[in-house]
Amino acid sequence: MSGQPPADLQYTVEHEWYAAGAPATVGITDVAADALGDIVYLELPAVGDEIAAGAVVGEIESTKSVSELFSPVSGTVVAVNQAAIDDPAVVNGDPYGAGWLLKVDVTGTGQLLSAEEYAALAAR
Amino acid sequence: MIQETNVSETRSPLHDEHVALGATMTPFAGWLMPLRYSSDIAEHTAVRTAAGLFDLSHMGEIAVHGPDAAAFLDHALVGAISQVAPMRAKYTMICAADGGIIDDLVVYRLADDDYMIVANASNAATVYGELVERTAGFSVDLRDDSSATALVAVQGPRAAEILRATAGLVEDAQISGGTAFDALRYYACLRMRFEGQPVLVGRTGYTGEDGYEIWLEADRAVALWRALLAAGQPFGLVPAGLAARDSLRLEAGMPLYGNELDRTTTPYDAGLGRVVVLDKPGSPDFVGRAALVARAEAEPHRVLVGIVGESRRAARHGYPVLSGADVVGTVTSGAPSPTLGVPVAMAYVTPDVAAEGTPLAVDVRGRAEPVRVVPLPFYRRPR
Repeated sequence: MSGQPPADLQYTVEHEWYAAGAPATVGITDVAADALGDIVYLELPAVGDEIAAGAVVGEIESTKSVSELFSPVSGTVVAVNQAAIDDPAVVNGDPYGAGWLLKVDVTGTGQLLSAEEYAALAAR
Repeated sequence: MIQETNVSETRSPLHDEHVALGATMTPFAGWLMPLRYSSDIAEHTAVRTAAGLFDLSHMGEIAVHGPDAAAFLDHALVGAISQVAPMRAKYTMICAADGGIIDDLVVYRLADDDYMIVANASNAATVYGELVERTAGFSVDLRDDSSATALVAVQGPRAAEILRATAGLVEDAQISGGTAFDALRYYACLRMRFEGQPVLVGRTGYTGEDGYEIWLEADRAVALWRALLAAGQPFGLVPAGLAARDSLRLEAGMPLYGNELDRTTTPYDAGLGRVVVLDKPGSPDFVGRAALVARAEAEPHRVLVGIVGESRRAARHGYPVLSGADVVGTVTSGAPSPTLGVPVAMAYVTPDVAAEGTPLAVDVRGRAEPVRVVPLPFYRRPR
């Protein structure tokens, strides 16, 4: 079951979250993790890759299905979560914490939702 | 990514149990059924190592009764159903006149003149309609018991111990049909009593493990579900959803209607020609026979094979299978195998690339991922 999305994050309609910062952090929401089921494989961009807001930058694969990772931001990938690549279960267990996916030096953002807006979307 | 639920979907008699257990519910073939309770991999593993409890109340049950029941089923289905002994079960199919598969079925013979047909939920109404149309000239009564009947399954190596330990579930030689529980063979069934009333127990399933399926009236399902869960907990029984059921059957190489089987597929295409009995003494011209005879004698255009991925990205339903730059087939089911730790899939491919060990590729969302052909099933339980 999904809880309320953390109020200090921003979100995409594709169920990614974005924590502003230098660098910023990107992950998927618990709504996304729950819908996918047990995640078994993450394909993430490489450190140094330029990524664009709204573009597909990776894949998240579970036993049951596969989902694309859309970047909430434009910028340069400065870190990927190797621990999550090695054990993707951490994304199910702690999607807003230890299950983060990317750290990005941000040059711009796409259209982002507040926690309130995202909660309303996810409840539909 | 998020599936919508719809109030028009039929709820299982166990719906409130699933919600109380925290299940993620999913629409499936017109029903709202549990997809998973917590972790689908944990549920899958529990079935392989201990046991899982499944609600399969969405499956269709059709009762066939009357003096011509056996002859009718020989005519309507592709197997020699009249040859099934009482209290035994048989995997079979109902085909159209052109040999295409309408559904795959398990038929339980409950008495000389009494059968229960278990159909897939998505096809239950179609199968019932087809059977009714095929009754002309036979003295037989059909009854669609699907909505009045609940089905729960206990699957896994601890299943027999769990049923023996279940409070209220007892043997009764007066109604059993001749078999003791401990002597019940694979693809056989017996009647037991649960809280005094008869239930049907089959040693059948769709997971590749030992296990049992239990049918009873829908209004008694909650009591049985709770009794099984309580009895099973010391043995490691967990409730398991449709996600685990699908990955379990895939590892076991079992076909799923809509994926490996459909109206454009004959039993021979699916590698299941063994279910077709072309020469049935009492039924020289069963429905689909002429087309199936021709198909049995023809060279196959395609072959159902197992493939194992050599990268991490899994082939999925509908993805093209490649040999070099040529498309040589289509994936019918695929997933990362929880038991084997690698992606596995079933696919229809042209016969020239169907040999075990053939290196192929699957177009996984634009990138060719290497795979090789392996024998089915991917997983066989230790005996």
